[in-house]
Amino acid sequence: MNVTVLLQQFVNGISLGSLYGLVAIGYTMVYGVIRLINFAHGDIMMVGMYFAWFGIISLFLPWWAAFLLSMIATAFVGVIIDRVAYKPLRNASRISALITAIGVSFFLENLFLVVFGGVPKAFPVPSIFGGALNIHGVIFPNIAIYTPIVAMIFLGLLLLLLHKTKYGMAMRALSFDIPTVRLMGVNVDMVISLVFMIGSFLAALGGVFWAMRYPAINPLIGIMPGLKAFAAAVLGGIGSVTGAAIGGFIIGISEIFVVALFPSLAGYKDAFAFLFLIFVLLFKPTGIMGEDLERGRF
Amino acid sequence: MIPLNRNSILTILSILLFLLFVWYSNSHLSAYAIRIWEDTAIFLMLAASYNLINGVTGQFSLEPNGFVAIGAYVTAILILTPAQKDAMFIIEPMVPWLRNLHMSFFPALLIGGIVTAFVAFLLGFPVFRVRGDYLAIVTLGFGLTIRVVSNNTITITNGSLGLKGLPTYTNPWWCWGWALVAMIIIMRIVFSAYGRAMKAIRDDEDAAIAMGINTFWIKMIAFVAAGFFEGVGGGLLASLITIISPTMFTFFLTFELLIIIVVGGLGSMTGTAIATILVVWGSEILRFVEQPMNIFGLHIPGIPGMRMVVFSVLLIVIMIFAREGIMGQKEFSWDALFNLFKKKAKTV
Amino acid sequence: MKRLLNALVAVLIGLTFLSTTAMAKEIKVGVVWPMTGLVAAFGQSAWKGAKLAQSMEPKAKDGSKIKLILLDNKGMKVETANAVSKLITDYHVKAVIGAITSSNTLAGAPIAEKYHIPMLTSSATNPLVTKGKKFISRVCFIDPFQGEVAAKYLRKKLHKKTAVVMIERDQDYSVGLAHAFIKAFKKLGGKIVGVEFFQSTDQDYSAQIADIKTKNPQVIYMPSYYQEISLFCRQARQYGLNQLVMAGDGAEADALIKIGGKAVEGVTFTTHYDPHAAATPLSKKFLKLFRAKYHEDPDAMAALGADAYFVLLHAINKAGGYRATPAKINYWIRHTKGFKGVTGVITINPKTGNAIKSAVIRKVENGKFVYVTTVNP
Repeated sequence: MNVTVLLQQFVNGISLGSLYGLVAIGYTMVYGVIRLINFAHGDIMMVGMYFAWFGIISLFLPWWAAFLLSMIATAFVGVIIDRVAYKPLRNASRISALITAIGVSFFLENLFLVVFGGVPKAFPVPSIFGGALNIHGVIFPNIAIYTPIVAMIFLGLLLLLLHKTKYGMAMRALSFDIPTVRLMGVNVDMVISLVFMIGSFLAALGGVFWAMRYPAINPLIGIMPGLKAFAAAVLGGIGSVTGAAIGGFIIGISEIFVVALFPSLAGYKDAFAFLFLIFVLLFKPTGIMGEDLERGRF
Repeated sequence: MIPLNRNSILTILSILLFLLFVWYSNSHLSAYAIRIWEDTAIFLMLAASYNLINGVTGQFSLEPNGFVAIGAYVTAILILTPAQKDAMFIIEPMVPWLRNLHMSFFPALLIGGIVTAFVAFLLGFPVFRVRGDYLAIVTLGFGLTIRVVSNNTITITNGSLGLKGLPTYTNPWWCWGWALVAMIIIMRIVFSAYGRAMKAIRDDEDAAIAMGINTFWIKMIAFVAAGFFEGVGGGLLASLITIISPTMFTFFLTFELLIIIVVGGLGSMTGTAIATILVVWGSEILRFVEQPMNIFGLHIPGIPGMRMVVFSVLLIVIMIFAREGIMGQKEFSWDALFNLFKKKAKTV
Repeated sequence: MKRLLNALVAVLIGLTFLSTTAMAKEIKVGVVWPMTGLVAAFGQSAWKGAKLAQSMEPKAKDGSKIKLILLDNKGMKVETANAVSKLITDYHVKAVIGAITSSNTLAGAPIAEKYHIPMLTSSATNPLVTKGKKFISRVCFIDPFQGEVAAKYLRKKLHKKTAVVMIERDQDYSVGLAHAFIKAFKKLGGKIVGVEFFQSTDQDYSAQIADIKTKNPQVIYMPSYYQEISLFCRQARQYGLNQLVMAGDGAEADALIKIGGKAVEGVTFTTHYDPHAAATPLSKKFLKLFRAKYHEDPDAMAALGADAYFVLLHAINKAGGYRATPAKINYWIRHTKGFKGVTGVITINPKTGNAIKSAVIRKVENGKFVYVTTVNP
């Protein structure tokens, strides 16, 4: 493989990785705070895609308005799901919460299947995001350049929020010990809702960029990326936002490179993310950035 | 030996009555009903063994779709004749040593179960190094890996084309026979010292270790037992549907079993039995929401796909309002039944 | 809580009885298609086509109504078997239409065979579906034929020598058709310089594209579905891979052009019909009504779904309408001769149950599907 192709694949890997990272952040934040693997998170990404699609196609909004509205709307969907389905199980066993999450996931998928139909819809890509740069034979699709940049910006904003604001401190505190934080007078439910809001907002962002890179959306599109984003979150150290981003890049790049180096193994691509994950879990369960499982993080 | 007291006599009598019911249903129910009952029996076996590792031992594993796949493929490969295999392996011929293997149903089922149990044994070593949610993820990954592997090892599994034209050996007797055997064996495990150890691990693993229980091997016993019965269930399923392919063994299968054991009550085999009937039949009965309906003169057109939406909403509702399930952690016992009547009599 | 659950079950059972609508003189036909699950798109399309067909011709010649009972199989084999069983033994249907994929059809076939109920599939193309069976038939052609047509066209008409095949590893349609194409292409003297694999859930093909670039074939054969093909073409063209892409009937859908845009210009595929190619009057009428109702052109699944209905109706009429026995209906399905359906003239081989139809080759030109040529069997 020559340098051009190598560089090419690297660019692809970064682009795919930043998409996984954006979704992984939402996963990791929710887990860090309420110890729930939100299986429905990949489907929330799908919801974001469909809202954006609906905004542009049916409401004739300009793309930036549709995207923004979609992210806000999806954030609210995330909060509603938390309030309706997860809050009642706050004190129940983990397995119950997990099962409920799976139920929510199936609910979203099937609801959108009934409402929008299973036929893939073409996602309208704004011209600013289409097209590609050609530098010395290496093709940089514009989207592949914008995505990591946008991901980095939002990651930075999120870290600012977590470490420099009161709410961020509350979120980090929650990941340590919820009852004590309640004793401190913090409105725990509201902070948790905020976590869901942010996570779903970022998932919708990831979804919109995903849809622009691969402009065919269908209600089941969130399943695989959701699983891989979860693998990324664990890889990076579940609960660590920076770790989730890093994990996303690792999974994205390795996925591309595995198929590039061993084309005959392309069929096993999905299994690699998981084998990676299992390996990490067995030998360093706290992941790359993670600390002791019992303590809080972010 | 089994003591000959009131309880054991009642149990034996009910088993006999049950077998009578199976014989009756075989000749008197519609083919559709028989088929759904066969599904029920197979799912009962799968759910009960899943409950052993999940509900009784408290290890939240998502392994069933992987184990069922292994059992199904092994049994299918063994009950097909070499000629049949040649006819369907059109992309690449099957590896010779598998192609030439052929045997009758019972040995094929047993070997399917044993192979799966062995895989469970091997898998246990890495899997039980982690706990809780991570165990779930590792086993989920395992199921996914099995599906990916079966899609790609064309010379063994025929890839996405699957194995077709399997002879239908499955009938209500096989299904219910195995289900009964599985239930008896699993119940015996649950009510034995091993079962108590498993429950101890579920309730507080660290305390169990402190009490000197070898938690690793106890978990392993549950896992291997689950592997065996899930493998046999897979084989029965294969022969019932006559065609298997990787798409049959997705996470949805694990999800269905999960619903069953949660609705029935994690750790209660009786609950699992009741829930299996509810879920398998309920899933079919729920089809009505997809048919056009005439309610009080209002014509509501059928909305295909509503069944799954209703199903998921029901699951969420059950989890919020009734997560202990039907039986919680209790089991059925004749004593409890008689006490129920005695109490009622007393209060009159 | 236990009481609530019990009550719920009782209500459910009660409502089941409510669901049976009043009986006029009707002929019950069961339909088993995936309306949910991974292949829901195909079932939903087919149902659109079949429903429209039913509205076009809702009655048999003797005045009895055709009642379509749709059961969702979620794209799964267990469900297909249960659904077929339920339709036959509970609803007592006279015929079953279904399923979409070959594997699911195979799951339901033994039951139909056992009870001597004709089963007509609209889109299962694997030859094994009808092999050795007396009651299973199809209105579409089979993979070996389609693969040959593509190979012949590429070799004889376009004189392409080298090809790379993109196989969707976890879809039996893709695997089967690719296999048929490779065999036929090699037989006609062509060379397969590479085979690339991908999964149905994949959306990124950059690795495969990079590999194809090094192999530099004259044509890329991608027997897959429109979503994958359109995404692949977009990325391929972006990366400078400009070879001709040839596909099978899975490519035919408006969504191919909507998603693929300029990238799918020139994509050529074998399929069942074209409005411009010797269209039958039924085809023209169906097209017009479909466009009016759904504001888009029917895809292959919808057209085939409609044809399944029409062919069945035709057989029911020939067999005597309301009084026809399933065995007789099956006989007339198998003896369909020169039926002018939506997807062309359909003749079913009585011995095999497969449809003998011409294949049409279409391609994308200026954002529209245009007719290229017809290949007769």
